[in-house]
Formats: sequence, C-alpha cells, structure tokens
Amino acid sequence: MAGKINSVTNPRLKLQLLSPQDIEKIHQATLDVIESVGVRFPSPKALDIWASHGASIDRETSIVKAPGSLVEAALKKAPPIYILAARDSSQDLPLDGNHVFVGTDGCGVEVLDIYSGERRRSRLQDIAEIARVGDFLEEVAFHWVAVSAQDRPPESRGLHELKAVWENSTKHVQTESIYNAREAEVAVEMAAAVAGGRQALRQRPVLSIMQCTAPPLGHDGGSLEAALVAAEAGLPVGFMTMSACLTTGPATLAGNLVVGNAEVISALALIQLAYPGAPVFYAAAQTASDLRSGAYTGGGPEDFLFGAAGNLLSDFYNVPLSMGSFATGAKQPDWQAGIENSLSTFMASIVMSDMLLGVGLLHGSRIWSYAQMLMDCEIFSLVVKIMEGIPVDEESLALDVIKAVGPGGNFLKQKHTLKHMRDLYLPNYMDRRPYNQWEEQKDGAADWALVKARQILETHQPSPLDPVLSAELSRMISTIEEK
Amino acid sequence: MHEQLFKDMAQSIIDGDAELAEQLAKQAVELGIDPLEAINQGFVIGVNHVGSEFSCGNAFLPELVMAGEAMKIAVSTLEPEMARRGTERQVFGKVVIGTIEGDIHDIGKTLVATMLSASGFKVFDLGVDVSALKLVEKAREEKADIVAVSALLTTTMVRQRDVVEALDDMGLRPQVKVMVGGAPVTREWVSEIGADGYSEDAIGAVQIAKQLMGIS
Repeated sequence: MAGKINSVTNPRLKLQLLSPQDIEKIHQATLDVIESVGVRFPSPKALDIWASHGASIDRETSIVKAPGSLVEAALKKAPPIYILAARDSSQDLPLDGNHVFVGTDGCGVEVLDIYSGERRRSRLQDIAEIARVGDFLEEVAFHWVAVSAQDRPPESRGLHELKAVWENSTKHVQTESIYNAREAEVAVEMAAAVAGGRQALRQRPVLSIMQCTAPPLGHDGGSLEAALVAAEAGLPVGFMTMSACLTTGPATLAGNLVVGNAEVISALALIQLAYPGAPVFYAAAQTASDLRSGAYTGGGPEDFLFGAAGNLLSDFYNVPLSMGSFATGAKQPDWQAGIENSLSTFMASIVMSDMLLGVGLLHGSRIWSYAQMLMDCEIFSLVVKIMEGIPVDEESLALDVIKAVGPGGNFLKQKHTLKHMRDLYLPNYMDRRPYNQWEEQKDGAADWALVKARQILETHQPSPLDPVLSAELSRMISTIEEK
Repeated sequence: MHEQLFKDMAQSIIDGDAELAEQLAKQAVELGIDPLEAINQGFVIGVNHVGSEFSCGNAFLPELVMAGEAMKIAVSTLEPEMARRGTERQVFGKVVIGTIEGDIHDIGKTLVATMLSASGFKVFDLGVDVSALKLVEKAREEKADIVAVSALLTTTMVRQRDVVEALDDMGLRPQVKVMVGGAPVTREWVSEIGADGYSEDAIGAVQIAKQLMGIS
C-alpha cells in the first residue's frame, strides 16, 4: 500500500539571501583554503586518488592541497539531477530542484517510550517502529536511521539498522550511520539484493549514504572509504558539514560557510575524481556554538540563515542538497521546538533544498519523540502550504461571488466556497477549540500527536519485505559479525 | 614590591594575551621572584577574574579559553625555575585525557582539557584515537587521579567501558576516577559502565573533576 508523499513543489515564494557576487566570493575563498591550507583526508586510498590527479599530498599529516581548477573540473562531472529510488517505485524521489522532501532525523541515542513516556536507550526495535510510523506519514519521504541500534554489535550495527528500515517501510533509505569500508561493502550488497542486483541498484539506488565531515577542514578516514565504496556501486553519496561558529568555524557566518564549503566540495571532488559522474549531494547542518558552553545549539537565527545559504551553494555547484532543519535543541516538544523547527524548515524550504533532515529528535538530535515527529510533520505541511503562495486568476479573485454576496452577507452558502474550501489548511494539532473545552481537558498538541502515533504503530501494516530476502539480508550481516 | 608586575600578569590573562604572559613570566624569573608567588599573586588573579566574569554572564567561552591558554604558557615558562628551586605548583589533581580509539572527534575533548588546565589541574592530553590501554598506562606512569575519555559515536562509546575495565584489571580502581564525555553519553551509560562522572559541557566537566577530587 503505497502512501502519497507530500513535498514542496512549484514554489511561489523566493528569498534573496546572497547575491551572485557573494556566492562567488565564498567560492573563491573556499578554493583559496583548499589550495593553500588544505583539507585533511586521513585515508591512504583517498590520498592516492588525490595524488594521481596532481594534488599535493602530505602522507604524514594526510593534508591534501588541491588547485582550484582541479576541484572545479571534478565538481563539473557531478550529475545535477537524479532520483532516490524507493522499494515502491511510486515513492521514488526526484532530486530535480523542484521538490523539497523530508526525512526522519538521526541518529539519536535515546527514545521517549511511546507508551510509558520514559526516556531510555535506543535499540533495534525502535528503528523498526519509527520506520513503520514514517512509512505511514505522507510528510516523511525517506528515512535516515533515526536512532542507534545499541543492542546490536558495533561492527554490524549500521547494517541491522538498514534491514529494520527496509522491513518496515517501502520508502527510500539514506543511512548516516555507516563509517567504514567493510560495513559499506555489505550495505551495498544488501541494497543490491533489495534492488534486484548490482546493475538494478545503479539504476534504482534504494539506498543513499551520508557522511559527516570532521570540521574544521577535515574528514574521517573510515567515512571517506565508506563513501568511496558506495559511490563505486552508484549509490548517491553526500558529505555533511556541521562546522559551528566559535568552535569548529570562525565566529562570522560567511567565514563558517567557507570552512564548511571547503570540507564538502573537497570530498565531493574526491568522489568525482574516483568515479566521474557518480551521484553526489551537498549536505550541511551548520550552526553557531553556544557562547557560554560551546555546546551544539540546534537552533537560532544563525542556523536559519545557514539553512537557506546551503542551497545557494549547492545550486552554484549544481548538485542536490541535504539540509539539516528541524532538530531542535529543546528538551521537550515546546515553544522552543516549535520556533526552531518552523523557522529552520521554512528557511531551508524557501530556497528549495532537496532534502530536509529531519523529523522527530529533541535535544540536538539525541532523544527521539514520537509526538515531536508528528508535530514536525505538521510544521512541514504548514510550510508546504505557505510555499504555494497566493495564486491570482479569475477563479481565485472570485469577483462573481463577491458581487453575488454583496455588503453584509456571508460566503458560507456559495458553491465557490464549497469548491475551494478544502484548499484551506486544516491543522491536526493546533488548538482551535473554545476555551471551556480546553479547560476541561487541558491537553494539547503533544498529547494528540502521541495518540496518533500510537494508533499508526498499532494499525499500519507496511508492505512486507519478502521473507526470503529478509533471511538473505540477515546472512549478509552475519558475515561481518565477530564470533 | 612587585605590585605593578603582578597586576600586569593578571591583566595579561584577562586579555588572553599569551605572548605578554610569557614575557612577564620571564621577567619574574629574571627579577628573582618566586615563581609560585608570580602564579598565585599575579596570573591566578586573572584566571579567577575571568572565571567570575564568566559565572555572572559577562564573559564568554572564547575568553575563558584564551585566558586558559595564556595561563598554560605562563606556568610552563615558570616551570624550569620551579624545578630549580625544588618547588612545585599545587594542583587539584592530575588528569589523563583523550578521545577513544576509532574516534577522531577532538573539539569537546580539547575544550575540557583546556578548562581543566586553566582551573588548576595538570592535564596530559593524549589526543584522538587513543586506545584504552594507552590511556591507562599513561595514568599509571603519571600517577593520575582521573582518566577522562571522550567519544562522539555510539559505536566508539562502547570502548569507554574498556577504560574502566583496564583500570580495574591493573588494580588502579577506585583510586583513579574515570570521567566520560561526548554527545551520546548519558547518565545511565555512566552508571552502567561504572564510570565516576560525566558532563555535557566543558564547564560542567571542571565541576565534576573537582567533586571527584573532593573539592567543593
């Protein structure tokens, strides 16, 4: 049973955040950094690739200094448009610049239990259950690994997580929790089994892979090698910078964009040097560290601006973007969560970021909340509605009806009203009740969202994975488990 | 006698001016001032000032870090003279710190090291991707009071347990305390592996370290 997917499309709103000259300055500064300071690539394989293309490498420090022309030429080989395939092809996601899709957030370490409300360590079953709820929700277009399967061994954890999502959802899966080549090789094998072979996987990548950079100006060796394995198999690969003003980046916003941009485009260039034409994406979740503690904030005006700046850069490089929005720093679904997740998602959507991550986590992407997940979906549906803008034509100007009703009447009985009333937004979780009704219950959005999540979990039956295929995936996973 | 010099020392820390702090420390040695006096009547006054400004919200983390770095340089400049005189700076305790094997994330760990050192701990920072064994051996060698170990990934966090176990095996527990940190670390994890403390940020880590040393 394929659910519909709700996305922003054909937007009517625009935002002028950075001029073409601003973007060019950021780009030139970035090339200067990559060429003169360099970026750390602590992987022999990555260093070999850079060296064979004429970049200057230092084996001691793993620092690569690449001329701007090499980076620019490599980036030009990246395809601007491709699809993220789903197990159910009607849920394929075109990354074509005309859609904004939302995924679940990741990768949390604790879960607010859907029944008891207790906070506890995340486990494999949580991933399965979150995927099942995500499969049902039309705002969720694809999955990240929402929480970590901490009851599975570290060496195969990322694979158990993938299997759990595939078994509970027909939508595209993007993993952000595979950090070494060995695990990536098995993940590719598993994805090929789901897609129907290596060649089919290349045509229909049911899996994409996202790696974090190691700011400032560095990468993780295991992540690089995992990404290379995935790219070789034709899986879309992205690199996400989380460089933060004050700690891992300069205090100024433009400077922090330069640091993050150097990390991301150097990694994407590496992938293109190794596998020209491989699908890649830009990813960013930049922020400003808290002035007092230095902690990750997960929200604030700087975040929102970075959220819009990312797509301007990825458009400049002509690759899709995965942008960190939502992911509030709030401890519970509250005022702060509402502000942060609304503004970050609006700002990232108005520039048409292709993928947004993601719904459901609190406390800076650490604690899963089903209530937050559903309320985040509502935030996105509001943004989708806003992005439709105000169409103006004869029908929408409604001149005939205005004339028919005249002064002092009302529009409730008009056929025009009947025809268009369902275009108006109807929220699930906003309290529009009379005051006395609220006073009797004193409940609200988080309570209703939780009830809905329980109902979905108890009743939604995703289209199952063939048990033979499931068993095959298990066998693959077992090949790398330490005995 | 050297009031102006002591004042300048304090100010160099407040301004986070490491170069000036180093210069003033050298000057103190040349003038034959007891290094401990230079520290306690000069530099430490500056550290305390920045600390209290931070506590009431007038100073921010970068100012603390810069003051900490300036302090570190001042103290290391004075160390040879202390050794010559056979004196030693009183520290709250010795801490061996590092990011666990398989993990290269160092910002949080480095921040904690700086804050601890600025607050009067002697810190041995072993860097990133450090095995439990290496941490524990360094702790034994330096007779450390605390081993502090960081991890950003759930897959590497599990190795924080190895540090506690290795200390157990060497019979160094419970004298040597273990502090853990990193985004996935929770209070429940700390008690599960039998560590002694954790904090979500560097300022909190200093408080925990002091508590573990019995300083309120």
